[in-house]
Amino acid sequence: MVNTALPTLAPGSSRSRGAGVRRRTGTAYLFLAPFLILFTIFVIAPAVFGLWISLHLWNPLIPSQPFVGLRNYIQLFTPGSLTSGDFWQSMQNTGIFTIGSVPLLVIIPLVIAALLNNKIRGGSVFRAIFFAPYVLGVAVIGVIWKYLLDPQLGVLNHVLGALGLPSDIPWTVDVPWAWFTLIGVTVWWTLGFNTVIILAGLKGISPDLYDAASVDGAGTMRKFFSVTLPGLRPVMMFVTTVTILASANMFGQSYLITRGGPGHATRTAIQYIADEGLSQNQMGAASAMSYVLFAFLAVISIINFRLQRERN
Amino acid sequence: MTTNATATRRSGSRVSAKVLLYVVLGIITLIILLPLVWVVLTSFKTDFDAINSPINPFPNPFTLDAYNTLSSGQQPIFRWFLNSMAAASLQTALILVTASAGAYALARLEFRGKKLVFGAIITTLLVPPVIFLIPNYLIVQNFGWLDSIWAITIPGAAGAFGIFFLRQFFIGLPAEIEEAARMDGAGDFRIFWQIVLPLSRPALATLAVLSFLANWNDFLWPIYVLLTPDNQTLQPGLSVLQGAYSTHFGILMAGAVIASVPVLILFTIAQRQIVESVASSGIKG
Repeated sequence: MVNTALPTLAPGSSRSRGAGVRRRTGTAYLFLAPFLILFTIFVIAPAVFGLWISLHLWNPLIPSQPFVGLRNYIQLFTPGSLTSGDFWQSMQNTGIFTIGSVPLLVIIPLVIAALLNNKIRGGSVFRAIFFAPYVLGVAVIGVIWKYLLDPQLGVLNHVLGALGLPSDIPWTVDVPWAWFTLIGVTVWWTLGFNTVIILAGLKGISPDLYDAASVDGAGTMRKFFSVTLPGLRPVMMFVTTVTILASANMFGQSYLITRGGPGHATRTAIQYIADEGLSQNQMGAASAMSYVLFAFLAVISIINFRLQRERN
Repeated sequence: MTTNATATRRSGSRVSAKVLLYVVLGIITLIILLPLVWVVLTSFKTDFDAINSPINPFPNPFTLDAYNTLSSGQQPIFRWFLNSMAAASLQTALILVTASAGAYALARLEFRGKKLVFGAIITTLLVPPVIFLIPNYLIVQNFGWLDSIWAITIPGAAGAFGIFFLRQFFIGLPAEIEEAARMDGAGDFRIFWQIVLPLSRPALATLAVLSFLANWNDFLWPIYVLLTPDNQTLQPGLSVLQGAYSTHFGILMAGAVIASVPVLILFTIAQRQIVESVASSGIKG
């Protein structure tokens, strides 16, 4: 998002400058005022306020909120402290989910997009069907899959049983099955989103490149690896980044399908932070955790960005 | 991969490759649609039927019991439906007004601090929403907005996506018409209202649909800021239903259907715009 947004600033502003437009700071801020008021109160202020909270022992049920400096952060990095064990377990859970889901959410949509990129009847119908689950909310997804995958009463285990396969798989109540469930449901829910982005990227690759490859005697596979994949690199980087961020922010699926269990085995970082801050009222500690998670995601995004740039 | 390439192959293998392609796409279609069809069919089952014959897709007997229970039961699901409608509509309207005006300034006006404002907007696009969770909870509480429609509409309207999206679109509009209007003495407000907005109808419609969907489906924030049963929206309401009717699958599936019908109607109507706008995000981004 960032890398091309900035360059486009240049043509836009040079055009208006070309028209001999003078600075109109007053008018501009009049137009921006409604947005900026909301943006300042609910985006800029909370970003700073959150840091401030994280430096306090902030519990709304207690009359004073003493300043404790970096103690909330230090506790997170002190093994055996009140929060560190649970926090790092939830971070690890988010990591397991991200590592398990992102490759599938990149590769499966890539394959489906490649299939849809052939000249076929009803291509846009398939595209719409594959995208459809994405418009359903996570609460709908969670409620329906908790039923379909219920170990005793759910459809899937009964279907497996009818096929002579094991019919007692604890899809929602035991690991590792709960992970397969959370990852599988998320792939089912969001694969269409990545598919349409990748498909648009495929359509953007010039047919001339494929013709040239054909002339050089390249087969289907060769063309896929020598023309398609290199041409898709920017789109794949965008998809990978967006998917990593989405997976790292996973909350609703585990909240509704596994309740974070068994024990806390599938409780994600977001789930723990929200619970700690808003249910247990440990707002200082929870704010510190949210900034640590943010730092992790920022580092991953930077590494991802660097890796992609080096390969170019 | 392309048809040009396959055209040179023998037609026999081409036909079987086509068949294989349709078979694979058909299987994926079944994987996507079967669970949804199953959910709809289960919502017309009795509790007894749903529990005792989960493998038979067809309701026996066919019944509206689940929907009747929901409409007359203790969980005010139709109230939640109206709350969701009101919240999603209000937030969408708020986003359209604030984002379009702000985007006009960013796309068309030169002003002091422009780079700073735009930089801040871009930066916050990449910040994970959990950062805002606790401070915004306290801010909303301080305004006395907890458990009200304001909590689930106003903070969410401050996001940077809308203004960024419209700015990109406005920049792509031809500037000639606006310059001509300016020569004729039109001011910025008239240009914005009478030229830029009418030319931007497709982008505004897309943003409206995306904003509506996002608010309708929001889950994490409403479960913490909406407190009393009557003030829930449908998504946190479904979670309440799950607690109240844990194995009454007919009722739970009926709730899921009620929560999905409006977005599925919206998706059917605006399918092309929604899919196109998502598709182009990767290329522009």
